[in-house]
Amino acid sequence: MQEARNLREYKDEVREALDNEFQREALDKFALAYPVGRQNAFAGLEIDTLVDEVARRKDFAVAHMEELYQEFKSKAEAAGVHVHLARTAKEANDIIADIARSAGARNIIKSKSMTAEEILLNHHLEAEGFQVTETDLGEWIIQLRHEGPSHMVMPAIHLSRYQVADLFSDVTGKTQDAEIERLVKVARRELRQKFVEADLGVSGANFAVAETGTIGMTTNEGNARLVATLPRTHVVLAGLEKLVPKLHDALSINRVLPKNATGQAITSYVTWITGPVECGATPDRKKELHVVFLDNGRSRLARDPVFSQVLRCIRCGACANVCPVYRMVGGHRYGHIYIGAIGLIVTYFFHGREKARNLVMNCLNCGACKAVCAAGIDLPRLIKEVHTRIQDEEGHPLKGRLAGIAMKNRKLFHGLLTSLRRAQRPVTGGTQFMRHLPMVLFGAYEYMALPALAERPFRELWPTIHTRVEHPRFRVALFAGCLEDFVYPQHLIAAVRLFSRHGVDVHFPLHQTCCGLPLDMMGEKETARELAEQNLEAADPANYDYIVTLCASCASHLKNGVPRLLQMAGSPSAKAREFSEKILPFSSFAADVLKLGPDDFSPSNRKVTYHASCHLCRGLGVRKAPHELIRASGSDFGQASEEETCCGFGGTYASNFPQISERILKRKLADFQQTGADLLVTECPGCVLHLKGGVTRQGMSMEVEHLAEHLADQMKPGPTREKELR
Amino acid sequence: MTNRKDLETRFEEKARNVSAFVSRVDTLAQALDYTVDVCVRKEACRLLLAGCEEPLSGGAEGLCDAGRGKTVAAPGLGAEATRLLGRRIAREDVVLVEDTLRNHLAGIDVGITLVDFGIAETGTLVIDSSDEEIRLASMISEIHVALLPVSKIRETAYDVEKELVQDMRRPPNFTAFITGASRTADIERVLALGVHGPLELHILLMEED
Repeated sequence: MQEARNLREYKDEVREALDNEFQREALDKFALAYPVGRQNAFAGLEIDTLVDEVARRKDFAVAHMEELYQEFKSKAEAAGVHVHLARTAKEANDIIADIARSAGARNIIKSKSMTAEEILLNHHLEAEGFQVTETDLGEWIIQLRHEGPSHMVMPAIHLSRYQVADLFSDVTGKTQDAEIERLVKVARRELRQKFVEADLGVSGANFAVAETGTIGMTTNEGNARLVATLPRTHVVLAGLEKLVPKLHDALSINRVLPKNATGQAITSYVTWITGPVECGATPDRKKELHVVFLDNGRSRLARDPVFSQVLRCIRCGACANVCPVYRMVGGHRYGHIYIGAIGLIVTYFFHGREKARNLVMNCLNCGACKAVCAAGIDLPRLIKEVHTRIQDEEGHPLKGRLAGIAMKNRKLFHGLLTSLRRAQRPVTGGTQFMRHLPMVLFGAYEYMALPALAERPFRELWPTIHTRVEHPRFRVALFAGCLEDFVYPQHLIAAVRLFSRHGVDVHFPLHQTCCGLPLDMMGEKETARELAEQNLEAADPANYDYIVTLCASCASHLKNGVPRLLQMAGSPSAKAREFSEKILPFSSFAADVLKLGPDDFSPSNRKVTYHASCHLCRGLGVRKAPHELIRASGSDFGQASEEETCCGFGGTYASNFPQISERILKRKLADFQQTGADLLVTECPGCVLHLKGGVTRQGMSMEVEHLAEHLADQMKPGPTREKELR
Repeated sequence: MTNRKDLETRFEEKARNVSAFVSRVDTLAQALDYTVDVCVRKEACRLLLAGCEEPLSGGAEGLCDAGRGKTVAAPGLGAEATRLLGRRIAREDVVLVEDTLRNHLAGIDVGITLVDFGIAETGTLVIDSSDEEIRLASMISEIHVALLPVSKIRETAYDVEKELVQDMRRPPNFTAFITGASRTADIERVLALGVHGPLELHILLMEED
């Protein structure tokens, strides 16, 4: 839950969470186990096709929510079900309390429902004098501890068996051993008693099938079946987005849900309830069945062109499972009630700006969630959209506004960087790194060595290294990006050497500027759009075969972000499309276009490992090219087990949440060290900066380079320039 | 058209993957023998209901006392089969539950039910549980024995969709997909079987319908 009143308080909470050793270890283990389980569950199936199908079916359902509701209502009512529609959380709570009162209920049992958590149903019912007991084991545990869930599927993942044993000792009044098997049995018996005493059951729903008025529920423990069966009254609470047209839709979604959630082919129980079945708890054997649909902003969301896809979510929890930030801080600090990436977004819509404001800043934009989403929701982008909306509503912070002003004007921006370069001398002591950090500016980055700005940026060096190539095979514009240009010109020089050797006529359009990604990340969309236009002007795609960049983040933003930004402004997009199509990251160009192979390199004896930058592997789907190039370079390639996990940098993210970045980086470096490599290569200057900074600060012997540097180093001693030209 | 044997093999494999016990029987009589055997063997090694050996609060412990005994329930099996089962268990000092299972909510030892369909892709049983006794038998039994005629095994859930929709169009209806025993991993992600439902699921693949 979010109680922090401002970012500072939120950061304090995050720091506390980071100190929770048990939770971090538990989530670490889970982060490693989950992908394996998921992969096994989907073995032999086309994940992408299945996910597309979920997206398509949910999109259709969301677009027809109102009709589906009416159809469900008429079918269910004909079967004897009472169907209710609650506009708000309060209305839903009141409806359920009224049902309980008219049923003369006192003891209520519940099975797991995120929707009930959303409306804080238990609090409401307890305040009305009812006794409420959660029967899902994890939910019962956190209810007894007066906590909210820390994961949508495993609500008590943050707790140890010892904590549970202590809790159960209190509940039973007898000492309990911390043995999981036995604790589960204790819960079985204690809760069975609650089932027997209960006179009303509340459950959630995974599906509401309109064609037959059927409710579908998936569970593993079997408690939802008892909740639906034993008490004389059963209330189902479901968000409107649970409506689907046909049973076929539900079966189709259910092929993905359990596999993506827990790596199970199917859950132990899937229960389909149509109408009130007979019930031996009443003299007339009649059951009372209510279905309460919750709107709480959903119908408005369904009409929102940007955010309607949020309603595709089937609550599998996978976005948290793969999130490097969640892994470090846990669910209580990574959501209000709904947690993980989807939680960051829906918190704004279901619980308001106050609760969402700090959360949406805590995203690395690494894209791991999007890649694993069961419904293909573009989660990282929507998190940014919420961030932008909040800033639009509340006014943009000074930092973003200043950055916007400075960066809109390329000359001013580059002039600022040049003067910074002069100003840094006292703190670098002439080394490549900032040796004494001026605390005001960089205090947050203490955990890593920050690189100094280069003595001369690439744009100044360009005239001296520009190589003329006769009869070029390709005409290529180099897009540098700020970090490459002003901090790591040596990467670009290496690339130019490599490219020129292989018959590429390299151009460097001088009017290029920042790609705009950092501003997009800060929620400064308008400036990001202006930069997109400037770059389109500077590097006219008509003049080049390809526009190649050594920065994976720039590449991903130029390819995907720029057309989106320009399209939103309604600008002509034919040129933008061509620009986007011609963008290539370094390794794709080297491997797929130049087709560099073993013949082009001298073998090295180095053991090389690789970090897959988020924007390269997930942003652009480039995975094989860097591996091929490392192998071609004659090096021994040692693949790290978490190669594709974010390094924790995220640009400005690391300055907002340095403690989190630090932990993620440590974990990453340990993973690389396991490979025994003495060289770590990657393809994004941001990752180079972060990884190198960590390696230096930790005094590790491993070197960190851009892949271009390594390849240029391994280039066969070539013919002389004259030969080359001939 | 997938080979029938193939389907059976796949069903068996998938069901075993989720810790179900799968056996083959030729006749209903053999299925009943198996059930009684399971019950007798259980009796030998477990004298109390699951959880009753643990230190419990007063109320929950009271429920244990109420439910003590060796019990089998076989709702929906038909008069003849029930009679045959009754004869078998009489020899073994096991009681056949003849009143409603609501009087036995503390738990019964073995519940035996018929299965409408099997789904090979996931090793899933499809059981029309609209009858409350059938529903309860698969919920409150510690061992659930399910009889599945091999002719009722289908490839995927889509292959029973038509029949399911037909049933749902004649409400009220309560249809259960059951795959393996009741399970949880809510404490430290450690798998534990038998939280609220059966601790064991035994599937008997039956040659005759």
